[in-house]
Amino acid sequence: MEALVNMVLLTLMAVITVGIIRMRSLFGVAILAGIYSFLMASVMIALDAVDVAMTEASVGAGISTVLFLATLYMTRRNDLPSVRSPVVPLALSLVVGAALIYGTFELPAFGGAATPANTHIAPYYLQNSIPQTTVPNVVTSVLASYRGFDTFGETVVIFTAGLGILLLLRGRPRAGDAGDVVAGVDGDGASVGEANGSSDDVNARKRASS
Amino acid sequence: MKLDLILRITTKLMLPFMLLFALYVQFHGDYGPGGGFQAGVIAAGMMILYALIFGLGAAQRVIPMRWVMAAIPLGVLLYAGVGVLAMLFGGEFLNYSVLAEHPEHGQHTGILLVEAGVLITVASTMLGIFYAFAERGR
Repeated sequence: MEALVNMVLLTLMAVITVGIIRMRSLFGVAILAGIYSFLMASVMIALDAVDVAMTEASVGAGISTVLFLATLYMTRRNDLPSVRSPVVPLALSLVVGAALIYGTFELPAFGGAATPANTHIAPYYLQNSIPQTTVPNVVTSVLASYRGFDTFGETVVIFTAGLGILLLLRGRPRAGDAGDVVAGVDGDGASVGEANGSSDDVNARKRASS
Repeated sequence: MKLDLILRITTKLMLPFMLLFALYVQFHGDYGPGGGFQAGVIAAGMMILYALIFGLGAAQRVIPMRWVMAAIPLGVLLYAGVGVLAMLFGGEFLNYSVLAEHPEHGQHTGILLVEAGVLITVASTMLGIFYAFAERGR
């Protein structure tokens, strides 16, 4: 039954991927990408990874779709037909895909009790989570305590991503001392001229739109 | 803007439950699936839905951009602060066992605080990214 559910979900995902490639309406592409994420979340539930499913549903299907639509609001609604031949990218994708599938042949069977994932350190976590941390959900104790340093790194990654996007989208230099602000932002003298150029570009576009 | 009456009323009814679910995922993360990251994106999703239906201005009156900007580093600082606190109590960085009299209680407190840090940074980053995108569209 679970195999059937997975097969249906994965087939739908493949169909949606083809739809995303073929479709010229970018609005439709954004919605299809959201549906793809919901199907992915369902696959994650079938794999008993409810945490990942929650993340996929809210980030992949929710927030990403909203960001795609917000971007579409500022650009054109339709993709231009591609002028280049798709042969080389198609061949590259097929070769890389075949290599990845070949790689999975060496993996141990999914969910097997004797796999390294289930024999290496997982039993230690399962046996010691409650006595050592009083937390019954081993995923939480592994993430926040046993591997707390990794999670700290992940939090810093999110912080850095937010910082980068906010600097790109909101880091407009004030009129007059644009050079100072840009230099303060990236601290790299060589790229100041380039950054200045792009900020002038932004200002010009703002004037044109207002 | 009167045409979207059904959307507005339905959204108003859904918002408190979305926030409650985010808090449930956050504080029940010790017992069930979930944790700071999931709770953060659900809470940010709630605010984004509010902004989509009621407008960016209304959302920014609830949570202004400067609060978001302050909260993004705050979560990381809270996480790192718990680590440094553990060092001050005589343990290693992020060794929560020394935070309380019993090591298990220290672990529990540390996990709670660290997850709160993740929640703050994730929620505010997601909301900040959305604000930044939506402000460009105005």
